[in-house]
Amino acid sequence: MTGTLSDVRLLRLATAGSVDDGKSTLVGRLLLDSDSVFADQYDALAATGTVDLALLTDGLRAEREQGITIDVAYRYFSTATRRFVLADTPGHVQYNRNTISGMSAADVAVVLVDARRSVQDQTRRHLATAALLRVPHVAIAVNKMDAVDYQADRFTQVAEDVLGCAWQLGVADPVVIPVSALAGDNIVRRSSTMDWYGGPTLLEHLERVPVTPIRSTGGAARLSVQCVLKDDGGAGDVGRSYAGRLTSGPLAVGDEVVVLPSGRSTRVRALGKLGAPVDSAFPGDSVEVTVADHVDVSRGDLIARPAAPSLVDSFRAVVCAVSERAVRPGEHVLVKHGTRTVRALLHEIHAGLDLASLRYLPGLGAVAGNDIALVTVRTAEPLPVEDHADDRETGSFLLLDPDDGGTLAAGMVGAATDRRADDPR
Amino acid sequence: MTSFADRTTTRDPATNPDQLDALEAEAVHIIREAVAEGRAPALLFSGGKDSAVLLHLALRAFAPARLPFGLLHVDTGHNFPEVIAYRDAVVRRRGLDLVVASVQEWIDDGRLAERPDGLRNPQQTRLLLDAVATHRFDVLFGGARRDEDRARAKERVFSVRDGFGGWDPRRQRPELWRLYNGRLRPGENLRVFPLSNWTEEDVWSYVVRHAVELPSIYFAHTRAVFRRDGMLLAPGAWGGDGEDLHTRTVRYRTVGDMSCTGAVESTATTAEEVLREVRESVLSERGATRADDRLSESAMEDRKREGYF
Repeated sequence: MTGTLSDVRLLRLATAGSVDDGKSTLVGRLLLDSDSVFADQYDALAATGTVDLALLTDGLRAEREQGITIDVAYRYFSTATRRFVLADTPGHVQYNRNTISGMSAADVAVVLVDARRSVQDQTRRHLATAALLRVPHVAIAVNKMDAVDYQADRFTQVAEDVLGCAWQLGVADPVVIPVSALAGDNIVRRSSTMDWYGGPTLLEHLERVPVTPIRSTGGAARLSVQCVLKDDGGAGDVGRSYAGRLTSGPLAVGDEVVVLPSGRSTRVRALGKLGAPVDSAFPGDSVEVTVADHVDVSRGDLIARPAAPSLVDSFRAVVCAVSERAVRPGEHVLVKHGTRTVRALLHEIHAGLDLASLRYLPGLGAVAGNDIALVTVRTAEPLPVEDHADDRETGSFLLLDPDDGGTLAAGMVGAATDRRADDPR
Repeated sequence: MTSFADRTTTRDPATNPDQLDALEAEAVHIIREAVAEGRAPALLFSGGKDSAVLLHLALRAFAPARLPFGLLHVDTGHNFPEVIAYRDAVVRRRGLDLVVASVQEWIDDGRLAERPDGLRNPQQTRLLLDAVATHRFDVLFGGARRDEDRARAKERVFSVRDGFGGWDPRRQRPELWRLYNGRLRPGENLRVFPLSNWTEEDVWSYVVRHAVELPSIYFAHTRAVFRRDGMLLAPGAWGGDGEDLHTRTVRYRTVGDMSCTGAVESTATTAEEVLREVRESVLSERGATRADDRLSESAMEDRKREGYF
């Protein structure tokens, strides 16, 4: 029963590529050839002369004027078998934070490589980002095959370069597809000029790829409490339920759960799905939980079905900067984890990722711009963080600026925990 | 448009959720998160289908508790009477708070001047910002969807606006995972769009599945209309006097200011029939019915920069 759930949910994909790799054109081609463009939208483009597919997604005036993508554009389309949410992200280095945003929610990342230029710095950055964020599937589209006369040799060479890079970075499940977004080869329609290629078209791949659960191991349930709902008709605890989104599960009535950070154990007495009673809930559901005992639960708490995560006030993580503002060791920040935001400090920067060698090198003094760094974060209150490799939801967090509230960095908890909160050290 | 097969057959959402359930769960998550992080939220309620679905979701998000915020409507004075009647009926039946900011009042007392072209949609922005200041709203829920327009496609779910309500697409916060950052500086406010990932078809599918009540003008009815710039408009101060009036069987695909919202010819009298037409339509919702977006290629972007919804 639960096995069918993921198939009907939305598949989220993010596209990434260097400037001029033809990313917006590819997205336009995907939309056009999958019959997802309205007639008036197409006519508006056709009115300008030759149809520039990139203009289907580059919606800001500055984007149209400069011929670049500045911000993430979201597009929606469906085929007979699946529904897609597509985040078209910019290629410019200065807008890299938007690529990280798009990929953070993605089930599939589509990374573009220009067949003439092969792997660029931005390609490495995008593959590194996909690997760090643990995007479950990465499709590498070798674009502009029309510009290299659709040569199999050239594709093989580029595929070797890019796969070498992807494997070194630990990219999950990379698939390489030769395409021409401009001419429409292997995006939706199978190419007639590349008969040497026997694999799927990009759309076929996107239709078949399985949706991977947030959590790599089954059996555990996690729910960050968003708010407490009180039934105005009920007295005391009778009408009290805890609303939140189940990120992993399932969770069922009668399950033993632990509330963190208090550590109190209780049992699920009732479950509601938007007001309607249910016996069980599944990952992705927005639910209301009523517990059996008088346990103090409030916003920010994590309801977990054992094994519950341990509470830590210091942990190692990889952070991707998404702001120009530099954060130095010893600086105060806020950590937003689940529905809880706590005071914290960036305790130490251990190393920064060097894109040329694809290695972490020591000596990074501050995290800013597009830096990817290995750090230790200390928090004023203990948090139930988990390793990002085990759970992409409880293993991720944001660093916020305590003064203006801006988002400074995206963090992935890594290398487990250094020190437990109840450790007397 | 390619479409998912109709799934209105017997289906238990508890054990067999589909994409519409997933969109609903996401929207409720967003609504709860914004309310928890905000101090004084309000829901922008026009009486249109998107705001009707949004209100339906918000009521479900907090049931059985009372809705923890009220509604705000910026009334251009050129609204369809059926929509105003619907708005008032919903407010009464649900026992909700409603704040109305009236463009007509502002024009009458001289705070606003009528535009030469008679369009009042662009003028809503000033009243919206005034209402935000007067009632000190810090979170405004809107029913905007990213599939509506190319500029809207760039909008965040949590969109931070400056003290002037302005939207700067270059300075948008990155939106990571499901960790919505609602922290604000003094003077800033948040626009929150829980239906960001919904399409027009999703909204109608939801209306069908949950029997969401809508204003009557969404369904086919006979009406005297005149043709202007390829659109069918109802007569009023903005025209229809000297122009040829014809009686047509029409429905509205969007509900806005009467002076710039066109009707489409249709015989769909139920939500199911409308949904079928939406699935077959080759024209976009705004392209087919909204004159205000035809002013220029960047009409929506420009209005958003000035603080529009």
